[in-house]
Amino acid sequence: MGASGSGKTTLLNCISTIDKVTSGHIYVAGNDITKLRGNSLNKFRREELGFIFQDFNLLDTLTAYENIALALSIQNVTSKEIDTRIKKVAKELDIVNVLNKYPYQMSGGQKQRVASARAIITNPKLILADEPTGALDSKSAKMLLEKFDYLNKELQATILMVTHDAFTASYSSRVIFIKDGKIFNEIIKGTNSRKEFFDKIIDVVTLLGGDLNDAL
Amino acid sequence: MLFKLSLKNISKSIKDYAIYFFTLILGVAIFYVFNAIDDQSVMMKVSSTTAEIIKLMTNVLSGVSVFVSIILAFLIVYASRFLIKRRNKEFGVYLTLGMSKKKISLILFIETLIIGIVSLVVGLGIGFLLSQLMSILVANMFEADLTRFQFVFSPNACIKTLIYFSIMYFVVMIFNTINISKCKLIDLMYSNKKSEKIKLKNPLFCTIVFIISCIALGFAYYQVTGGIEKMTNANSIFVPIGVGAISTFFVFWSLSGLLLKIFISMKNTYYKGLNSFTLRQFSSKINTMTFSMTIICLMLFITICVLSSAMSMKISMTNNLKKLAPADVQIGKFINVTDYEYYSEKQIEDSKISIYDTLENLGYDVDNKLKDIVKLDVYNFDNIDLKTSIGSYYDIAKDKYPLMPYNKKESIVKISDYNKIAKLFGLKEYTLNDDEYFIVANYSEYVKFRNEGLKVDTILNINEKKLKPKYDSCVEGFIAMNSAYSNMGFFVVPDNAVNDSMKKYEYLTANYNVADINEKNLSEKELSEICKENSNNTVIDFDSKMTIKENSIGLGAMVTFIGLYLGIIFLISCAAILALKELSESSDNVEKFNMLRKIGVDEKMINKALFRQIGIFFMFPLLVAIIHSIFGIKFCNYLLSAFGAANLVSSIIGVAIFVVAIYGGYFLVTYICSKNIIKEK
Repeated sequence: MGASGSGKTTLLNCISTIDKVTSGHIYVAGNDITKLRGNSLNKFRREELGFIFQDFNLLDTLTAYENIALALSIQNVTSKEIDTRIKKVAKELDIVNVLNKYPYQMSGGQKQRVASARAIITNPKLILADEPTGALDSKSAKMLLEKFDYLNKELQATILMVTHDAFTASYSSRVIFIKDGKIFNEIIKGTNSRKEFFDKIIDVVTLLGGDLNDAL
Repeated sequence: MLFKLSLKNISKSIKDYAIYFFTLILGVAIFYVFNAIDDQSVMMKVSSTTAEIIKLMTNVLSGVSVFVSIILAFLIVYASRFLIKRRNKEFGVYLTLGMSKKKISLILFIETLIIGIVSLVVGLGIGFLLSQLMSILVANMFEADLTRFQFVFSPNACIKTLIYFSIMYFVVMIFNTINISKCKLIDLMYSNKKSEKIKLKNPLFCTIVFIISCIALGFAYYQVTGGIEKMTNANSIFVPIGVGAISTFFVFWSLSGLLLKIFISMKNTYYKGLNSFTLRQFSSKINTMTFSMTIICLMLFITICVLSSAMSMKISMTNNLKKLAPADVQIGKFINVTDYEYYSEKQIEDSKISIYDTLENLGYDVDNKLKDIVKLDVYNFDNIDLKTSIGSYYDIAKDKYPLMPYNKKESIVKISDYNKIAKLFGLKEYTLNDDEYFIVANYSEYVKFRNEGLKVDTILNINEKKLKPKYDSCVEGFIAMNSAYSNMGFFVVPDNAVNDSMKKYEYLTANYNVADINEKNLSEKELSEICKENSNNTVIDFDSKMTIKENSIGLGAMVTFIGLYLGIIFLISCAAILALKELSESSDNVEKFNMLRKIGVDEKMINKALFRQIGIFFMFPLLVAIIHSIFGIKFCNYLLSAFGAANLVSSIIGVAIFVVAIYGGYFLVTYICSKNIIKEK
């Protein structure tokens, strides 16, 4: 978490290899990803990462089904296998009835769940989500976050989510605060309920805001 | 300030639309080159016949130029409208900043002016250089020697180019102003925010439309090939053309939906790599491009047909010369003319004597200066015209070929005369019984027509004699030297079947009695001048191998130049529109490709997808155009059958090289530029 311009998205971009670091190293599952170049970089993105963006980034010419299938077809998975895996993930994310729709026919929440399905279907080690609830209404956001929770708990997917919204953050198990490019604080949910965790986060946010005001 | 803004805009967009500026420059250059031929040919040493042909050719080319400028004007208006549309947001920002629409129009005006001036200057420069190459080509075509080669600048062509293109740019400016004054701020600001709606066509309906348009195309194809004989007048060609154009449109309209449906059902192919992405991109784009695709396809079709016809015409005319103009000189003359209104007293007197006597009277020593002299008379009979000469076949023919000149008097030749000329020309000689005749022809359509008449054993009633056909088909041959297979047929009859009073025309065919080519040229000059000088006093008509050759070379060169001119302009216009569309498509798709990269698609796959996408776009209209052309070329061959068996293979290879070079070049440039546009920044 962090305010605008604190460096959340930059961090995410560095981890996802979209951006390059000027110095230092990033290790994902023991591998230094700053050393990856060319095709091994693409292989890393293809096989170990899943992306979810604020503006969904679905291809508007393709149906939901085809959008999800693309993540597998570029890995040369057979169409039969693609079909079974999509059906499974669609059920889990509750998007079975929108599979044959185009992005413009779907609601924001549905689009984001389709994007999540695309991210999760390759069984990545790490799912990177950049403000996934940013463009959603509160009901859709809640639903999406519950699905994330399910993915995390049931499918053992690691989700690294960037947000500036305390409510969204309260669904995670660990929150790292960033301020002006540096880690400011870290809180862990532990055995707290979501409500308690939310209050804790709000405290830090208030602290951050106050600190920021002092600095001004 | 505005000027600075305009200049910046141009330099910014020149990278993206270099291909459009390049096409403009090319258009200017080609326009100049083809209009400068007149002045380029000045340095060539050519005969007066050739000079006349070049004059005619430049006149025709300047007529074609008007047409070409209309095509180019369309291209420019289309392209600039398209480019403006892409800058909607920029104009929206100007408007919100309080700039008036007038000022925006002024910006566009200045931009067009700068583009116009730059393209004209650069284009004329390139045109000037290219036209020097052109003079070599012209000299080569006319087989003229180019010993005095020099750089020639054609002020006429230059001024013409300036005027034509100024008008075009002026039209563009008017269109731009209208465009700007009509648009609304809200549309400008949010033009690219509107989410793209995918209009899906009903696959069943698509299939039906596709099948219907294929049937319609088949009908049009049949009309111009198999069913061509049913075409009774020149206007009926518009039926297959119209049907063809409309069904082409519907083929494009329906095919995208249909193809998509087919590919989606082929799951293993569809869900392989980026295939689904490429196909969807293509089908969504073709939905909005049906009309321009149709136009491009039809223009490609015309290009291919015009070019291949021009080439095969040129090739066969060169080949025909050796066969169809074997003797050095042929003089013709009407006998016993009576038309006082048309002919002078002296001419009528002259028509009563033979060619030999006329030439001797003019002081030409026929016996010494010519050798291998063959004299041949052509007879006409009042009762023998095309209608009677085909006998009972007329009942069928009058409905099938209503436009044949049925009351034209048939030409009749004595067998002894024919054998003499056949010997001179190296043709087969024949014998005839007293009650037989045969027909000599080499114009394939007439040969077919007359063979039907011969098959029904048409009896020829001549001088109270009845002659029956010796053969049931025409004999190949001719009397009048020509550069084409244009002998529509004449009758060869026994010597005793005709008498002198029926003489209508006389031929004197001979070779010059000379030792080498220089002497031959001198003889040609002498005889042709005698004939020309006395054309008011005699009715003789001079023709020779040399004039036929020059005429045929001239005609060949003319059709080649027209074909090339139209071909190049059409091709670059089509390719430029496609390139422009694809380039803007690529810049629209930068985000999509970035997204693909994020989900792990590597550069190789992306480039492959891009190559396929652009490739399909360029290939699709070309493929349909090629199918059209197969039938179009057949039709053209039918029309040009007088020029003999067309050498299709070499002309098609020529056209293919031409199309691949220009169209393929545009494709490659588009691909490379697109690759740059979508490159990861």
